[in-house]
Amino acid sequence: MKSTLAISPARKAKNRVMLGLCVLAAAIAVVVLVCIFGYVLLEGARFVSLSFFTRLPAPVGEAGGGFLNSLVGSAIMVGVASAMSVPVGVLAGIYLAEFGRGWLARTVRFVNDTLNATPSIVAGLFAYTLIVLETKRFSAFAGSVALAVLMVPTITRTTEEMFRLVPRTLREAALALGVPEWRMTLQITLRAAAPGVITGIMLAVARVSGETAALLFTAFNNRFLSTALDQPMSSVPVQVYTYAVAPYDDWHHQAWAGALVLVTLVALFSAAVRLATRSKHQVTG
Amino acid sequence: MSLVRFAVVVAGAALLAVSCKSSSSAAGGGGGNVSINGAGSTFIYPVMSKWSSEYQKVSPTTQINYQSIGSGGGIRQLIAHTVQFGATDGPMTDEQLKEAKGPVFHVPLVMGAVVPTYNLPSLAHAIKFTPDALAGIYLGTIKTWNDPKLTADNADLNLPATPIVVVHRSDGSGTTYVWTDYLSKVSPEWKSKVGNATSVNWPTGLGGRGNEGVSGTVRQTPGAIGYVELTYAMQNKMPAGEVKNRAGSFVTPTIDAVTSAAAGAIATLPDDLRYSITDSPGDKAWPISGTTWAVVYKDMPAGPERTAVVSFLRWALHDGQKFCAALDYAQLPPELVAKAEAKLDQVEPPKK
Amino acid sequence: MVTDVQTVPRASHAQRPKSLRRWGPPALRGWTTGDAIFRKACAAIGASIVGLLGLLIYELVRGSRESLEKFGFRFMVDRVWDPVVERFGASTFVYGTVVTSIIALLLAVPLGIGIAIFLVEIAPRKLGAPIGFLVELLAAIPSIVYGLWGLFVLAPIVRDDVAPVLHKTLGFLPFFRGESHGVGMLTAGMILAIMILPFIAAVSRDVLAAVPTTQREASLALGATKWETIRNVVLPYGRAGIAGAVVLALGRALGETMAVTMVIGNNPQIAASLFEPGYTMSSVIANEYAEASGTVYLAALTEIGLLLFVVTFAVNGFARVLIWRMARERRA
Repeated sequence: MKSTLAISPARKAKNRVMLGLCVLAAAIAVVVLVCIFGYVLLEGARFVSLSFFTRLPAPVGEAGGGFLNSLVGSAIMVGVASAMSVPVGVLAGIYLAEFGRGWLARTVRFVNDTLNATPSIVAGLFAYTLIVLETKRFSAFAGSVALAVLMVPTITRTTEEMFRLVPRTLREAALALGVPEWRMTLQITLRAAAPGVITGIMLAVARVSGETAALLFTAFNNRFLSTALDQPMSSVPVQVYTYAVAPYDDWHHQAWAGALVLVTLVALFSAAVRLATRSKHQVTG
Repeated sequence: MSLVRFAVVVAGAALLAVSCKSSSSAAGGGGGNVSINGAGSTFIYPVMSKWSSEYQKVSPTTQINYQSIGSGGGIRQLIAHTVQFGATDGPMTDEQLKEAKGPVFHVPLVMGAVVPTYNLPSLAHAIKFTPDALAGIYLGTIKTWNDPKLTADNADLNLPATPIVVVHRSDGSGTTYVWTDYLSKVSPEWKSKVGNATSVNWPTGLGGRGNEGVSGTVRQTPGAIGYVELTYAMQNKMPAGEVKNRAGSFVTPTIDAVTSAAAGAIATLPDDLRYSITDSPGDKAWPISGTTWAVVYKDMPAGPERTAVVSFLRWALHDGQKFCAALDYAQLPPELVAKAEAKLDQVEPPKK
Repeated sequence: MVTDVQTVPRASHAQRPKSLRRWGPPALRGWTTGDAIFRKACAAIGASIVGLLGLLIYELVRGSRESLEKFGFRFMVDRVWDPVVERFGASTFVYGTVVTSIIALLLAVPLGIGIAIFLVEIAPRKLGAPIGFLVELLAAIPSIVYGLWGLFVLAPIVRDDVAPVLHKTLGFLPFFRGESHGVGMLTAGMILAIMILPFIAAVSRDVLAAVPTTQREASLALGATKWETIRNVVLPYGRAGIAGAVVLALGRALGETMAVTMVIGNNPQIAASLFEPGYTMSSVIANEYAEASGTVYLAALTEIGLLLFVVTFAVNGFARVLIWRMARERRA
């Protein structure tokens, strides 16, 4: 007697094919990444040296120039931008997921998605009109503001989605134990949604770390090392861009080295953050 | 989780401390350091960065920070008073001068050239272009390489029947300004149809972003033609075509040919030094030459910044010129240097 | 059987008289002062995002006033972009932006979801984590690098390998007519697809990972194959989250500048064939803003920035309606 639960060969085949396609998708992604990363590696690896990390840029023809000012500048500006955008993004995401019910929430969500499409050049020009023209100087602060504008929508969106996925049971348990709502949200739901929220933050950080157009008119660039927020500041992508469009091979090599170092540093930072925040309180199932 | 929180707090505090401290000591102060910001032409960036570092040896307390955001950008930043000087490949228009609300001086700094480059398999020597040929190609009326207008001057090259793929700059640029300035002078049809500006409505072709976009596209596309800065072509060993100049000879693009173009045009220079040296008379002149000017306000408020800017530009006009040749830029002829310096004297007379 | 993942329903609140809800003692109120402050703070921050967009739009409108006055509605349908005679029309750029974004989504959404499924359902844990990390790494590559790679590696591949194949097999469609020079709308769409892939894949992965195992187990226990479980249980559960990921990715595609401008050919034209060069709104702003002189020119470029937001509004609104429709059908 044939079991009624036997799986027909057609279904089995479909299963294999579709799962195979998923594997293929992952393979394509890996191949593309290897291709691009390999290209950057090939072009840039030879030119990364210790002086790259410790020296300031040298003019053409002089060897031994480095990216010190750009590395420091990028770190500072991305840091300041994150300090501004992470609280705003996470709290806005919490609002949309937990409290937002009426027309305001719908509007905020829609506006957020629209803001997400801001081209980096427009964000830069926005910070330019608002800050640079008013203060009559280029500044790292203006650059950070432009970057923050680019980061907030991504963080908000992912935070909202991740919060929605936390099962209701967790919240109910907390409330049943008498935990005030705000505590529950910040200490329990947030902790549960943390891995996803961190993904969103890391995506945003990775994206703005490679941002050029937003910084061209705001932080400008600086040949010299500067850590002041009210002065022009160098950053790795802008320096890479400046070198890449120059005629000199020497500078092209520096540009590729810069690109390689940038990608590697962002990758390391991402990995480090993930490792540090790996939650033992995984809430699935 | 508390370890991470602790690390974040410490990092944040450190960041704040560092930025607060530096912002009080930098900003041009803190021990007599003067910090000057300049912006503009991408073309002059390499030599500016050389000058900036060499000038620091001459005057250690002055920091010249120049960034290339394009000639138009430089002009706009000057008008907005966010930089102390701008650098531009095309002189400011009357409209821009009016916007500036104050007299602005043009101080020529270096010369350069724009050259046609192409992608055709192994030719015996460089292609000779007449002005009509270049205009026709860019207008789209000459469509293949073996068009009679091209083969007339290149009989020995056996140009193939490949279609011409025209490449131009997509971003606004001084290079385009010089190229279209030249085409406007040699072709009335171009002048009426397209005109002369940093960005135009091209009749045909692909747009590449920046010199590297154009050269990259030309290199990848068989049968392509594009225009790039001379420095770029020389540094990247790209084939450059010869062009027939006003005197009637086909000239190879070299730095000397550019200086000849300037020398040939000296006699007709306007007083405010807003000149054009394309299609210059002169036997050996390269017809598609250009200049990069520094633009400064005549009435800059007196102070360390003004002194720094004027001293730097003065140095660039004299000592700075000897760094040009190594970087494939053409120096200013001495007559031009004298006129340029006269302008600087009006901003701030030299300290004797 | 998909559990409703909405937030905690406030049924208990609604049953009490209003006065008690607002003014009664905390034990009967159901909320503490801390809650009220927190909620208001979150709402304020949410509202500030609306304020941010308002400020952005205000600045854009202010900057484009001259162009709005001079060209009016004609700006959106005019095909000519001529800085020399100061005649500006944005239709070619709108076309380029929309077409490249559609291509990017068509390529990246199936790939991204496929990758997410692979990472969550198929890959063993040891393989899944590093590959997921690699996919996220794609987001860290600066756009200028994408542009250069696209110009030097992808464009020749498209010209020599991809385009001829497409032409031969699908050449009857207007999209694949003609020859490819390498740079063009298809290449730009492909580069965009690679750039937005990490957003879709990473977020979808987190969404799918949050689906309770109980759901999967129940489906398998009923005799479904793994794929059927994924298709009928896991994906619908995470549908909203995946839609969110797609919206995020779409936003990035619409606004991407540097990489696109290096491989799209930068020719303002409306052509049916995807092999032809085109021009996008972000590219023209990035290319010409720095050099633009003349107030009308600048205003026209700023108006294109404004137009980009309008296009985003429209696309987002359309996507929302689509998702809402899908949700309705499912429920019925």
